[in-house]
Parts: sequence; C-alpha cells; structure tokens
Amino acid sequence: MATFASLSDRLTAALANLRNKGRLSPADVDATVREIRRALLEADVNLDVVKQFTAAVRERALEAAASQALNPAQQVVQIVNDELISILGGQQRRLAFAKNPPTVIMLAGLQGAGKTTLAGKLARWLTGEGHRPLLVAADLQRPNAVTQLQIVGEQAGATVYAPEPGNGVGDPVRVAEDGVRYAIDRQHDVVLIDTAGRLGVDADMMKQAADIRKATEPDEVLFVIDAMIGQDAVATARAFQEGVDFTGVVLTKLDGDARGGAALSVASVTGRPIIFASTGERLEDFEPFHPDRMASRILDLGDILTLIEQAQRAFDEEEARKVAEKFATDSFTLEDFLQQMQQLKNMGSIKKMIGMLPGARGMREQLDNFDEKEIVRTEAIIQSMTPAERRNPKLLNGSRRLRIARGSGMTVTDVNQLVQRFEQAAKMMKTVAKGGVPQVPGMGPVPGASYRGKPQKKKATGGSRSGNPAKRAAENAALAAGKKEPASAGGSGFGLGGGAGKGAPSEEDLAALQRLLGR
Amino acid sequence: MAERTPWSLAGRLRNLFGGGGSTADAPAEAPADTSPDAPAPTTTLAPPPAPVPVPLKRVIDEDTWDELEAALISADFGPRITEETIEDLKAKVDRFRTTDPRDLQRMLRESIEERLAKFDPTLRLTERPAVVLVVGVNGVGKTTTIGKFANFVRNYGRSVVIGAADTFRAAAVEQLATWAERAGAEIVRPQHQGQDPASVAFQTVEHAKRNGIEIVIIDTAGRLHTKSGLMDEMSKIKRVIEKQAPIAEVLLVLDATTGQNGLLQAEAFLETAGVTGLVLTKLDGSAKGGFVLAVQERTGLPVKLIGQGERIGDLTGFTPHVFAQNLVGV
Ligand SMILES: Nc1nc2c(ncn2[C@@H]2O[C@H](COP(=O)(O)OP(=O)(O)OP(=O)(O)O)[C@@H](O)[C@H]2O)c(=O)[nH]1
Ligand SMILES: [Mg+2]
Repeated sequence: MATFASLSDRLTAALANLRNKGRLSPADVDATVREIRRALLEADVNLDVVKQFTAAVRERALEAAASQALNPAQQVVQIVNDELISILGGQQRRLAFAKNPPTVIMLAGLQGAGKTTLAGKLARWLTGEGHRPLLVAADLQRPNAVTQLQIVGEQAGATVYAPEPGNGVGDPVRVAEDGVRYAIDRQHDVVLIDTAGRLGVDADMMKQAADIRKATEPDEVLFVIDAMIGQDAVATARAFQEGVDFTGVVLTKLDGDARGGAALSVASVTGRPIIFASTGERLEDFEPFHPDRMASRILDLGDILTLIEQAQRAFDEEEARKVAEKFATDSFTLEDFLQQMQQLKNMGSIKKMIGMLPGARGMREQLDNFDEKEIVRTEAIIQSMTPAERRNPKLLNGSRRLRIARGSGMTVTDVNQLVQRFEQAAKMMKTVAKGGVPQVPGMGPVPGASYRGKPQKKKATGGSRSGNPAKRAAENAALAAGKKEPASAGGSGFGLGGGAGKGAPSEEDLAALQRLLGR
Repeated sequence: MAERTPWSLAGRLRNLFGGGGSTADAPAEAPADTSPDAPAPTTTLAPPPAPVPVPLKRVIDEDTWDELEAALISADFGPRITEETIEDLKAKVDRFRTTDPRDLQRMLRESIEERLAKFDPTLRLTERPAVVLVVGVNGVGKTTTIGKFANFVRNYGRSVVIGAADTFRAAAVEQLATWAERAGAEIVRPQHQGQDPASVAFQTVEHAKRNGIEIVIIDTAGRLHTKSGLMDEMSKIKRVIEKQAPIAEVLLVLDATTGQNGLLQAEAFLETAGVTGLVLTKLDGSAKGGFVLAVQERTGLPVKLIGQGERIGDLTGFTPHVFAQNLVGV
C-alpha cells in the first residue's frame, strides 16, 4: 500500500544504483544503509536496534567493499538478510517440555494482544501432538474473559479449569496454583495459564504476574505480542522481562499487513526467541515461527533474487527475442501462444513463483483466483486445432470452432474465449514490444510471473550472460521490469516483449517492477 | 487528569530541554546509543535508575537534533513526520535566531498542536436516534470503549441502546452485556450465535426507533483491514443500518501501541466503513500514539475520544493543546 510502497522502491533503487559500479565505495554503502535505516523504521523496528543493525550492516558492507568484491548489490542484500535472521533467533526454537509432567506454560502480555485466542490455539495444537492440555482461566479482569476461554477450550477439545467467575472476582494467583494441582490430579500433562492483559507501567498488575509465575513455576512463560505494535514494543518487552521474565515470544495477528519490526526489536533487546506465530482468528491459524520468512517480511524484499534467478533459468533470451520480434511484426500465432504456455508450465508452480514475490501477501486472493488448470485447458483447445488454424486464427469460423470444442472436450464458448484472449494478448504484447504500456481491462497484475521468453536450452551456466553477478542481478531486475531488451512484461500468462537498448534500469523500470510485484 | 500523563514524551525530552536533568532514565545497557528510551517514569515497575547527572543543555546543537529525532521516532511519529517536523523546527530556529532549547521545546509543542488542531474533534450526535458504529482491528478496545462511551452519554441523561453485532468472537456478546449493565444501557443481542451481524445492527436501530431511545451504539467484531471478506461484511452492516437511519458517527478505534500500521488501518477503514472519527485507546500505557498525526493528515479524520484505562470512567475527549502538552511536556 501507499505508505510502504516507497520502501521497497527505495531499497531496490539503492541497490540497483550499486550495479554499475561493480564495486562498492564507502559513499555507496552509506547511501544504501540510509535506505535500510528508513525501511526498518517504517517497519517499526526500534530505533536503538536500527542503529545497531545498520552499524553492523555498514561494517560488513565496507569489508565487502574493501575486499573488492564483484557483486556488491547481492552481497549487501545477503548481509542484510543474514543479520536480520540472526537477530530473529537464527534457528527455530521448540517448546520446552518438563521432564516430569505437567509442563506449565504461562501466557502474558498487553491487553488485546490475543492471549485467550492463542491459549485455544496452543491447546488445539498440543492435543494434535498427543498431549492432554488443561486450560486455566486466570484472567479474572476483563469482562467475560473466563467465558471466552471456556468457549475456546470447548472448540479446541480441551478441558478448562475455571473456578472463578472473573469480571473482577477471584484471585488469579490462587486459580493458577490450583490449576496446576488440578492438572496433576487429572493427569493433564500440559497446563496453559491464560492471564489478564496488563501494561508494563502497571506496577500492581506486573507484580501479580510475577506472583503467578512464582506460584506455578512454569517451564515456559510466553510473552504474547501483537505484530502491529510500534516503538513501544521494547519498553513493554523490557517491563515484562523485568517483571515476570519470559522464556519465549509469540507474535500474533501476522495475517495482517504489519511488517512486524517489533519482532526484531523484542528478539534483539530481550534475547528471547520467538517461538510461534499466530496468523488468523481460527484455532488452526497457528504455526512455529520462521526467522527467515520474518526477515524478508520486515524488509519486504521477498526473494527477489531467487525469483529472478529462477525465471532466468526457465527462459532463454534468444528465444525471447525471437518471440518479441514476432509480436512486433504481428506474426505471433496460436502455436507460439501454446509454446509459451507450455514453458510457463515448465517453470513449475506459478503460484509458488508468485508467492515468492514481495508484496505477494496482498495478492493472496488474486493468487487463489489464478488457476493453473487454465493452461491445461488452453493446451487442449489449441492442440485440437489444425496447424493452419493455429497459424491463422482468422480461419476459425463457427463450424471449426464447434469441431475444436468437441475435440478438446470444451464448449464453443471456451474456444471463443481463448481466441479472444489470444487476440487481446497479441495486441497487448505488440504494444509492449513497441515499448508502450498495455491497457488491459479486468486483468490484474498477477497472472504474469511474466518474465521473459523461453526455456533455457541446457545452457551450462545459468542466468544472465553477464559475468558480473551484480550486473546480472540488476539486469534481471530490469528484465522483470519489462522495459529492457530482450525482456518483456505484461499481464498475461506468458512472457515477452522486446524493445531495445542496454543500460541501467531507469526509475520507471523500477516503478514498473514494483507494479509488477503487486503494489 | 492533569498529572496523569505517563505517556508524556517529557521524560525523554527533559534532558534535552534542560528541564532539570532529574529524570535521566536511560537504561544502563542502552546499546550504542546515548539517548534514553525507557518509558516516562511515572509508574514504571522498576524504580528508575539513579538519575545520571546530565549537564544542562544550554544551546541547540547537533546532539539536540539527534535526540529530538530519537524522541519523535520512539513516540511512533514515523520517519516521515519526524523528518518534516525536524526540518520545520530547524527552519524556525534559524528564522528566530535562537539557540535556547526551551524555545525549541515550545516550538515543537506548537508545531504538534497546530497539526492536531487542523481537525475538528466534535462528536456529532444530534440526530435521533444518533447511531454510532464502532469498528477496528482485533483487540484494540472497541467493546471497552463502547462501555465507557455509553456510560458517558448516560451521564448526560441520554437513553442508550447497544447492539451486539460481534456475533463472531467467543463471549463477545457477554462481554458487551457486562459493560451495558455497568453503564445502565439497554442491549440488543443476537437471537443465535453466528447471526448475521447486519441484522443485529438493524434490529438495534429498530428497537431504538420503536422505543424512542436517543443513542444507538453498535459493537462490531474485530477485523484486520486486509481481509476483504470481513471488510465487505462491515460495509454491509453500514448499508443495512442506513436503511433505517442515517449514521451519526463511525468511530475507528486505534490502539496507541500500534506503530506505522495504524495508517494502513485508518485508510482501509475509511474507505470501506466511511469512518468519521478516531478513538485512541490504551494511552495509559507507555505508548505515545504519535502515529495519529500521520493518520489525521493522511485521512483527514479527527481524533474524537481518548481511552486511558480499563475502568468505566477512563474516557476523555480529545484536546489538541492537552495532547501536545502531554507529549512534549511544556
Ligand atoms: N490499559 C488499557 N486497556 C484497555 C483500554 N481499552 C481497552 N483495553 C483492554 O484491551 C483489551 C481488549 O479490549 P476489548 O474492548 O475487548 O477490545 P475489542 O476491540 O472489542 O476486541 P475484539 O472484539 O476481540 O476485537 C481488554 O483487556 C480491555 O480491557 C485502555 O484504554 N487502556
Ligand atoms: Mg469486542
């Protein structure tokens, strides 16, 4: 969305700027680091953490510069990514279980962070892992939190221990303590204690949390934090660390579009690992946390480079140029169309490809609407045509269309639609080939994955011809942007394009890349 | 409520502005950076570290600007507003040829106040019934705000009915009913779990019209602004209500602890729910809610109410002067 659109733009641009140099100068490094700093601040990473982080990146980037490395852009991206992942905890940490059951897990966090819902999710997940969790209703503060836990527990198929009505009535420390005893009596091997939301600055409530901890000696205290939280994350995390101390972090509401910089800050400042991510309102929307995914999310870089490399591998430039020529000269046929489709299939799952794109989160719906079976259907129809028909769609009169429909097991309408789509696409691609921007009503930016021409025919070395990896990456980025030779763009299910001229990707190229990436 | 400003930037800015140097609450381990970033000390759990004697700053220098930047960023103003504000202040410092940090502090307060005061915080509840629709993402404090607001309106002798149109979240109706009871308001509940929220809203307005109740407040389920299905559901609730009566206010509740994502929330809810005002909650914590500046400017939506606690009386109106003063501490 608008607010953050500039971020990837700027970062991509900053990195693309490095491309011509082949080598990094300290000034380049500074410029790039400035953009990274801004990106992190817009993602709500704590300022102190940003300073530490950029200092580390800067140092490593300067080292890379001094060693006269040849691929600075890639190196910087790599450095940034590595540093992010290492701050986020590197490896994924698992829940610690007690040697002698029951394992006691206490949840703590601010109001509205999502503790009660999480309790249900954890209970469900634990049940699935063969445990017998007991939920303990120790949030006696928020109106009807007890009722909510009872309902959630029922949905999760877990027992709920709720001796007190709540709404200000009852002693949460007592309830928590009794809950553990109750679990022992009834052979529950895990106890999940839901507690009231509290502020870091509320001394009484923090003391209460500490008392619950003391009384129940939990094996894990999970600090539950909303992914949308801003700079306050650190103050709050510190207060909870001092007040109750926690052993792990759970990040909630990750199904939104928050960049989740708070995760980075909390992990960095407290040194506690993030263990789980909560990604929706249903009990099954819950997963172990992945530092690497979070890293790309914070910078919103996605796997640009991986993606470009894959696309590169799948297509061949020569072929692409040929097809581009065909477009430009109006000699693109249904046969070519089919070939394009088949190459797309060779690229593997398109959805997976698109899924790697930064910003793809926002396109989930479009992705779901994109049907790869479409390619199979298209294939069937075109294969039922005679070579002459394929070369000259104008031959396709009513009776031919009926025959093709029968032969391919489709309806005449399907055939009509395909021909129409082909004509539209050819027209659009002609425009693209000539350098214009296509206007295609009703066509989203998605089904593209439209990189370029053709499958690579057993080329020993993958990727762009450029021996300079940085140059290669930048070229590839420009290819994806759709303006450079021999590349292409467009929104149809195949690639292509043309145009001429070498050189650096222009501002517009990068903007186009962003657009392509679903902004 | 004057002394109750734990969300003041003042703690952070005090050293900067030479307010006595008594609250240098820099955490000892503040990494690589010299600026303090612990919350304002009012009710912090841990006793604030012993005040570090900081030499009073007499002149504005590079450090002053760095610290100001740090203070604004940590209050969630966001990088853009922070840059703008600092540029603006630098220009003013030049123009007025001042080197006194106290002038800078005053200018900062004025600048924030000016920006906030461009928007009219008045609640419009003149229609009868006056229908107020409350929306927002999950857990921001919608239901609690409704409880407080119903109480507030009741104190003015107005009759209130609350509609429990969160038919999704477990125990949401019970929670709202507890608040309705505390506030002395009527409540219209769904007839069955999972009932179409729009129909609950409709029935609530209908009930108000039939019984001459003056104010209608509709609670809705928390929804992330990125979920188009749920956003559509909300615009449907709105449309259905409008068939009965014009909506007086659509209040978007924003949590003060939210970061830059608050902007995206506001934009999305403005577009699909036609928000008319903002409620900023949880200002009793250490979060400053500085992102509302950007939200107001980007969406044109005024902040109309402030939530500062979990008790029924913890709701106030929004006054730019007070808000700015509390932030900057002048
Ligand atoms: N400290 C503090 N807590 C608040 C404030 N407003 C709400 N809360 C707490 O925040 C939590 C969530 O509040 P709710 O009113 O249930 O939020 P909601 O938006 O209705 O939540 P959903 O309906 O689940 O989306 C509760 O624990 C409230 O007590 C406030 O101003 N200050
Ligand atoms: Mg609610």
